[in-house]
Amino acid sequence: MAEKMKLEIVTPYCKVLDMEVDEVTATGKLGEFGVLPGHAPFLTSLKIGELAYKNNNVSEHMSLNWGYFEVCEDKIIVLVETAELASEIDVERAKAAQDRAEEALKKLTSEDKQFKVYEAALQRAIIRMQVAGKGARK
Amino acid sequence: MASLKSIKKRIVSVKNTRQITKAMKMVSAAKLRRAQENVVAARPYAKKLGEVLQSLSANLEGDLHPLLEKREAKKLLLIVLTSDRGLCGGFNTNLCKAADRYIREKSDSFEQISVLTVGRKGYEFLKSRYTVYKNFANVLAKPNYQTAVMIAQEVIDGFVAEEYDQVELLFNSFRTVMTQDITFQQLLPVEPESKGETEETPVEYIYEPSVSDLLAEILPKNIEVQIFKAMLETVAGEHGARMTAMDSASKNANEMIGKLTLQYNRARQAAITTELMEIISGSESIKG
Repeated sequence: MAEKMKLEIVTPYCKVLDMEVDEVTATGKLGEFGVLPGHAPFLTSLKIGELAYKNNNVSEHMSLNWGYFEVCEDKIIVLVETAELASEIDVERAKAAQDRAEEALKKLTSEDKQFKVYEAALQRAIIRMQVAGKGARK
Repeated sequence: MASLKSIKKRIVSVKNTRQITKAMKMVSAAKLRRAQENVVAARPYAKKLGEVLQSLSANLEGDLHPLLEKREAKKLLLIVLTSDRGLCGGFNTNLCKAADRYIREKSDSFEQISVLTVGRKGYEFLKSRYTVYKNFANVLAKPNYQTAVMIAQEVIDGFVAEEYDQVELLFNSFRTVMTQDITFQQLLPVEPESKGETEETPVEYIYEPSVSDLLAEILPKNIEVQIFKAMLETVAGEHGARMTAMDSASKNANEMIGKLTLQYNRARQAAITTELMEIISGSESIKG
């Protein structure tokens, strides 16, 4: 396919990515979805999860925190709180975060205000490790 | 005329002060650059989010989100962002004065005005005059998004619980290194931007999940981002203001050292002259 899409990933701290890609897959609120060139305008919110893009048959994985995904005329804008490339993920830190979150969750019940915070932290840690694993296998 | 020794002492002390102001200027310059980069880096996110919000609100029908609700404005919350540390010229003072003036102006039209401060300086100024609802200090040294989330949560909770009906943000927005603009910004209720006539027909998006669900998530997000942006601007402005203030302080010190040196030399000259006179008159009297 000759056509390409422009992918922009923006966080409050910086523009993480701005490049041409062939294909993008991401985890939306209602499940995983893929986007190819010529996609209809589309706007969705993202869960804590993974984003993969493919360019010239080289695929890259990223872990994303909560955000938005917008497709408009072959331009994809992803607004997220954090985004890390698989190669940038500190696995040990993620593992430590996971342990910490699990520890905290044991003490809390689902009614506590903190429960959701730690649940999200746990999810982030798990996703980070998954993504890092995929990056390493490549 | 002051004695030689005391002038000398003053010169030394002014030189020491100059050393400090120079160093502070350098530090601020370095910090400013980083802060400025942060402001620039945060801009695309804020802009894009605004665009998404706009395209969403253009498609909004019927059911309003609690954050869009317009109540009769009786209780106002003013969020004042200042720096934690002083020695940055009129940066904090001007802002505090503006806040003071603003509150006094508005006190007729609102039943209750509460203040939330970010940064120590604003808190210290305003706490003696008004009830400060809550203060966040020492968060601006390293502005991080989590803090903005915390503040936003506080504000949103209060708004939904009808503790206040309108929320405004007051901060120094960073224009150039030399100038900061005092800015008022209405945070809540969110004013959906008016759809301009000239605007091209909005693209028909596929929304997943529904528009109202998306909006429910993006509205709080937008507040977080606005607060975060204000924080970054405040930090950049603070360093800019401090740099300018320290620069002029160094210049003043230089000027003062010049003046004092002149005085010192004159005093020295006078002392030498008197001494010579004494010697000459002494030797004259021996001769005589």
